[in-house]
Amino acid sequence: MNEYNFAYLDEQTKRMIRRAILKALAVPGYQVPFASREMPMPYGWGTGGVQVSAATLTPDDTLKVIDQGADDTTNAVSIRKFFENTAGVATTEETAKATVIQTRHRIPEAKLTEDQILVYQVPIPEPLRFLEPRETETRKMHSLEEYGLMHVKLYEDISQHGAISTAYAYPVKVSGRYVMDPSPIPKFDNPKLEMDAIQLFGAGREQRIYALPPHTKVVSLDFEDYPFEPTKADHACDLCGAEDSYLDEVIMDDAGNRMFVCSDTDYCRTRRARGSQGRLSKEDEI
Amino acid sequence: MYVAVKGGEKAIENAHAWLAEERRGATDVAELSIAQIREQLSLAVNRVMAEGSLFDPDLAALAIKQARGDLIEAIFLIRAYRTTLPRFGYTNPVKTDRMACDRRISATFKDAPGGQVLGPTFDYTHRLLDFKLAAEGEVPPSPKGQPRTDPVPHIADFLKDEDIIQDEPASDDAPADLTRQPMEFPAGRPLRLQSLARGDEGFVLGMAYSTQRGYARNHAFVGELRIGKVAVEMDIPELGFAIEIGEVELTECETVNQFKGSKTEPPQFTRGYGLVFGQSERKSIAMALVDRALRWQELGEDNLGAPAQDEEFVLSHADNIQATGFLEHIKLPHYVDFQSELELVRKLRRDAEARTTPQEAAE
Repeated sequence: MNEYNFAYLDEQTKRMIRRAILKALAVPGYQVPFASREMPMPYGWGTGGVQVSAATLTPDDTLKVIDQGADDTTNAVSIRKFFENTAGVATTEETAKATVIQTRHRIPEAKLTEDQILVYQVPIPEPLRFLEPRETETRKMHSLEEYGLMHVKLYEDISQHGAISTAYAYPVKVSGRYVMDPSPIPKFDNPKLEMDAIQLFGAGREQRIYALPPHTKVVSLDFEDYPFEPTKADHACDLCGAEDSYLDEVIMDDAGNRMFVCSDTDYCRTRRARGSQGRLSKEDEI
Repeated sequence: MYVAVKGGEKAIENAHAWLAEERRGATDVAELSIAQIREQLSLAVNRVMAEGSLFDPDLAALAIKQARGDLIEAIFLIRAYRTTLPRFGYTNPVKTDRMACDRRISATFKDAPGGQVLGPTFDYTHRLLDFKLAAEGEVPPSPKGQPRTDPVPHIADFLKDEDIIQDEPASDDAPADLTRQPMEFPAGRPLRLQSLARGDEGFVLGMAYSTQRGYARNHAFVGELRIGKVAVEMDIPELGFAIEIGEVELTECETVNQFKGSKTEPPQFTRGYGLVFGQSERKSIAMALVDRALRWQELGEDNLGAPAQDEEFVLSHADNIQATGFLEHIKLPHYVDFQSELELVRKLRRDAEARTTPQEAAE
């Protein structure tokens, strides 16, 4: 693929995207419209994240790509290959070694540093979209800081179900100003949104980029008497024994037996390499 | 044992290899050439060029071959390719009144300067499977005549001379470019037309049909439908004048619509406009109907709340590459989200049971 420019996009397009990224960092949580390009992978499969990564990567960077927390899920493999081919950058599965991490649906368990950039793939950037389908209306609501509808929705959840029934893509308020969709990460990850690394969010099909600069205040929406609760399966990882990581539930046999494993594969592997064990460790090593 | 997702890379490679084999099909059947697709599946090629927004029959034919005949997949290949092409500039607007027409019909006048030219149309064929085609493909040559050379002015111009159809004032404003700026609403007519011209044929057809069935009904006459080649000219600054750099085949449709007048406009005919690459009649007529429906505001008509009147709705959902990508992305892993939903539903059920159990015990 040598006929393509570094990281696929031409320099003019990258410049346009970088300007949008800078604006997004200057106004945390605000969705900046950008002229998203057609990429050689389908809309909805990470084109926004790919464009942001392409505009962010330099030849010296080390890239990690995860989907559902794992490096080896098919779409993560495909995107990593895309950048290996078009940018020739080094890639890694180790969170600590990566300078740019593109992710879908998870924030890595290991604490990120100020030398790292986390790029999210975003399907629907508008947190108010399912309350109001019109972009013309939701943009107005953001500019007027009119978020009553969102609070009513959360209140109705509580009155109907006794709890806020949003489990992922749980809305947050950024720097006390914009309500933002953190992309479909489980709400377990929401507290990690306040971090040392730069976080960039790219929505290709919807033509929006937004960002969280390091140490930005990010508050998950809730009520005093119904405070926000990050949740995970009430188990430890069956492979590494971690009790603090988000878990995938895997059906093991026809009898419906389950096992729980870290969704962050690098976190799990690192722990096992250090000798940590879980309920099913021995079986796994055979 | 822990199986889950390991081996993704190998699986992808194998899937691609299998796909390539399936695309080729049985090897004892001759392989399709690009030229065969271009010449014998030309309407598919036209659709791929129109919705791919790139006029290149050979590339469109290649895309169809690579996509195994899945036209939306082929359109996607063309779109992804065209994004990487450098832009040298913008051509002058094409002059469709100077089109070399293969086909030109009007449903509003029995005859008009330039005449009614049926051209290569399915219109009056009987849709009977022609089993001869299965046996022997060759056809006898069609009768030949002298090419028509008389000018073919636009039908709407005759109505304009009588001042009985709404004017389309000329403008030198540079239109916005759908592919270079993010879509914002209200979009305005140039952007609407760009979006419809590359919009999914099925979607635009459905929208247009809905207006015919009464959702913002505005009866349309096909004032004119013409198909043919037009010269593409570009100003070359070093030369100081425009030169012809090529030609493209286009289908143009202009509808003449009933209009009883509104608060701001006197009774007159109004227009809808469709312009599409290649021979794409269905698409261009549908585009003209939807264009007309979207013009309600400019003509002072009522918003009837019909889908085809809703610019944001139509433009946000017309693009099949956006639509198919987002639709099909739900095939991707969602275990993390699903896991969080699973826990939430389990919790809500536990809570609900806890609320109802004491009552049952009391009964």
